[in-house]
Amino acid sequence: MIQWISSAIIPIFLLVILTIGFVKKVKVYDCFVEGAKDGVTTALKVFPYLLTMLVAIGIFRASGALDYLLKILGPVFGLIGVPKEVLPLALLRPLSGSGGLAILTDILENYHPDSFIGRVASTMMGSAETIFYTLAIYFGSIGIRDFRHTLPAALIADFSALIASVVICSWVFGA
Amino acid sequence: MINIIWFFMIALGVLVGVINGRLEEVTQAAMDSAALAVQMCIGFIGIWALWLGLMKVAEKSGFINGIAKVLSPITRLIFPKVPKDHPAMGAMVMNMAANMMGLGNAATPLGLKAMKELQKLNINKTKASNAMCTFLVINTSSIQLIPTTVIAIRMSTGSSNPTEIIGTAMIATTISTIVGLISVKLLQREGG
Repeated sequence: MIQWISSAIIPIFLLVILTIGFVKKVKVYDCFVEGAKDGVTTALKVFPYLLTMLVAIGIFRASGALDYLLKILGPVFGLIGVPKEVLPLALLRPLSGSGGLAILTDILENYHPDSFIGRVASTMMGSAETIFYTLAIYFGSIGIRDFRHTLPAALIADFSALIASVVICSWVFGA
Repeated sequence: MINIIWFFMIALGVLVGVINGRLEEVTQAAMDSAALAVQMCIGFIGIWALWLGLMKVAEKSGFINGIAKVLSPITRLIFPKVPKDHPAMGAMVMNMAANMMGLGNAATPLGLKAMKELQKLNINKTKASNAMCTFLVINTSSIQLIPTTVIAIRMSTGSSNPTEIIGTAMIATTISTIVGLISVKLLQREGG
């Protein structure tokens, strides 16, 4: 059922929007073309910000700096009950979406998806986004340089998702 | 802040690379990331054009305005400075709806459109407004109803019940969004 919904959602959305437009006498074809033009300009505008962020993340990971950060933070997170196996996911996920998925796959393969670690990792992954990259391209696209309190607030939210995942999973599934 | 974080990611990366003798990997990562950015952007052009085209139709037909109106009791509370019939509201609502349905690719162009509209209301054009900060925190804490990608990975790694995490993820994401909203409101010291 869920599989059907996730495969049907886009075609249905397409049909519903276009039908409403057609009934309301919108010139659907012309209008669609006009909107599609923005796709190119938006992608070009975002490109330098995306590149700048991805290069820094790539270097940070490849050098082994991320592993050191994990070693330092591991015991700290252990104190509040976060299994150290999910820590790489918790740290990488705000940085990189594809990296997060790769690590999740790795965790689920090594510890089985139905283990406590597997469930916590899945829950975490299902409850957060890639913060750094999102902020860089959203603010970059309109030329905002001062993000003010966005990053700290987003990181606090991300941290609370991590804690919530551990607490909820041990509550629902038992540790 | 972003300048500091970005600088230290690269500086520490290179220094650790020297210590670990992994400079070759660092070089490779820099090149690969640059190539990845190009690859991603080319992919974005297609997907974003598709969604922005569809959204234009949704906008012209009044569909977006209709949804924005239904949700206005909530959105007015979260974004008090944004006029309720401003195009920014419609774009933000559609972005959140796309995120909830797990359509990340559709959510981004809508979110960027929302930012463009919010920028029109912004006084200092290089400084984020309160509405922008709030919107982005909601966006990054992503309320997602069905985490389809995670379910797919669980399925492929042999879970006997791949969808069992829908409930827990929904609670976790709701908590993180609420915490995010509270933090963003507490941390904002100035109007705008």
